[in-house]
Amino acid sequence: MKLPYPWLLASLGLLTGVLFCASLLIGPAGLGLSDSLAALLAGRGEAETLVMREIRAPRAVLALMIGATLGLSGAAMQGYLRNPLAEPGLLGVTGAASLGAVAAIYTGLSALVPLALPLLALVGAGTAAAMLLGLAGARGGALTLILAGVALSALCGALTALALNLSPNPFAATEIMFWMMGSLSDRSWLHVQLAAPFMLAGWAALAVAGRGLDALTLGEDAAASLGLRLDRLRLAVVLGTAASVGAATAVAGGIGFVGLVAPHLLRGAVGARPARLLPAAALGGAALLLAADIAVRLIAPERDLKLGVLTALVGAPFFLRLVFATRRRLA
Amino acid sequence: MTLLSLETLTVRLGRRIAVDAVSLRVEAGELVGLVGPNGAGKSSLMRGALGLARAEGRSSLTALPAAERARAAAWLPQSREIAWPVSVETLVALGRLPHRAPGAPLSAADREALEAAMAGVDVLRFRDRPATELSGGEQARVLIARALAQAAPLTLADEPTAGLDPAHQLAAMEAFAALAGEGRAAVVSLHDLGLAARFCTRLVMLDQGRVVADGPPAQVLTAERLREVYGIESFLAQADGVLIVQPLARSR
Repeated sequence: MKLPYPWLLASLGLLTGVLFCASLLIGPAGLGLSDSLAALLAGRGEAETLVMREIRAPRAVLALMIGATLGLSGAAMQGYLRNPLAEPGLLGVTGAASLGAVAAIYTGLSALVPLALPLLALVGAGTAAAMLLGLAGARGGALTLILAGVALSALCGALTALALNLSPNPFAATEIMFWMMGSLSDRSWLHVQLAAPFMLAGWAALAVAGRGLDALTLGEDAAASLGLRLDRLRLAVVLGTAASVGAATAVAGGIGFVGLVAPHLLRGAVGARPARLLPAAALGGAALLLAADIAVRLIAPERDLKLGVLTALVGAPFFLRLVFATRRRLA
Repeated sequence: MTLLSLETLTVRLGRRIAVDAVSLRVEAGELVGLVGPNGAGKSSLMRGALGLARAEGRSSLTALPAAERARAAAWLPQSREIAWPVSVETLVALGRLPHRAPGAPLSAADREALEAAMAGVDVLRFRDRPATELSGGEQARVLIARALAQAAPLTLADEPTAGLDPAHQLAAMEAFAALAGEGRAAVVSLHDLGLAARFCTRLVMLDQGRVVADGPPAQVLTAERLREVYGIESFLAQADGVLIVQPLARSR
């Protein structure tokens, strides 16, 4: 018995809400429930208010927004490329944003100007989007887009490795390594403010793609004959992914697997319809990332376990499960 | 009423000229069979007419904006793509997209067209099953239903009967003939010449991108022309007013 679609969205929304609250209430400061709420809502207690409003609240909001971004763009990429293994990083935007951030650390700019790192990462993501559209052309199909994304990812990966290779001192190299693992600790409202406009714009672009993604179930030719403007759909998917994922990477580093796993887990529950998968995967991605960010604080409170490391650790067995499921189906 | 008019339509695939200055009109009430050997330009002609392949010359369809074109002509490509395990009903309902505002639920008219299309090619009993789990022939019928659900005045179909069992080949052709009977029209590319002779009101034979014959099946399908165009010897006969075409051997 399958859950009706509105109920599915409602339950996912509820789950996300519960995890959001849990994320607010968990942290090394070890505040009690009533103290936390009093500090958050009424501003009672100076230190508690600081912890709740300036440390935990932006962290939870970022987890929510980044998780939703990864889930949504993952679903859009899989729908557009008609491939369940596609993920937001495929376009090379994640790699380019990382490269921008690495450049900020490498040059020491991030130490001088606090927001230099996310800003340079955003520049990287924007450059990547422009290069993608230039490389893949206005009429090219999904294949040219993948090829351009792979080329871009490889180039960014190589340049990042070069920066590590030539890094002026071991501290810069360590900082680069740690940043690339992806984390939400010590983020502020400034990060939220910086990322939010790009994410909202990206979500808006991806939200209107649903109808086109549904039509693409029949292939590019049939979809075009149904009145779909493939060039516009591609623009929406590329720019929407670049803006939202670029902003996510800029403030949190590279966080893998959520964009791949969230659409996968929910595809069956929405009857595999690409348009319906978009909101479901956004909520699912938000829930996954909130849960993962709670987990890193619970598993190793004083070791600063990186969020991206945890999602990768949990994501790899998921792939194994996929291998076995595929083998069973083919056997 | 003319539903499709092509004037000196030319389609190039790389350096090769796939369709060479073809002019053609399709009137309401016609079921046009597009025949000719592999590589004769049947698919390219239809794709060029729909604006899916870059073409020179004029097509009445490419002159329309995309949304309007989708209501004027339905297209069933030869490649049978079903990317996701959506239910058969969901897949067939995609044919109603040109008639629906974004986000609007299926209207009564949509549902009616959906049921009629699924009944037409005998896929009603699969309606709740994931389309990707059906056999190749069943998937082909589901995709025909999707094109029928679009309920366009003109339907273009590229080898719709390939891979179907004889009963469902007949059912598919009956569905296209019914469109013509309702005052709409269909253009169908076919390799089964017997099926083409039996159902089509008119055959257009292509060879190397050009129209080599255009007329009623009995005039187009002659022993000499089949020898010339396909390089085959065939047995042709009339039985109960139906033209029988049976290829026998390759010409020497």
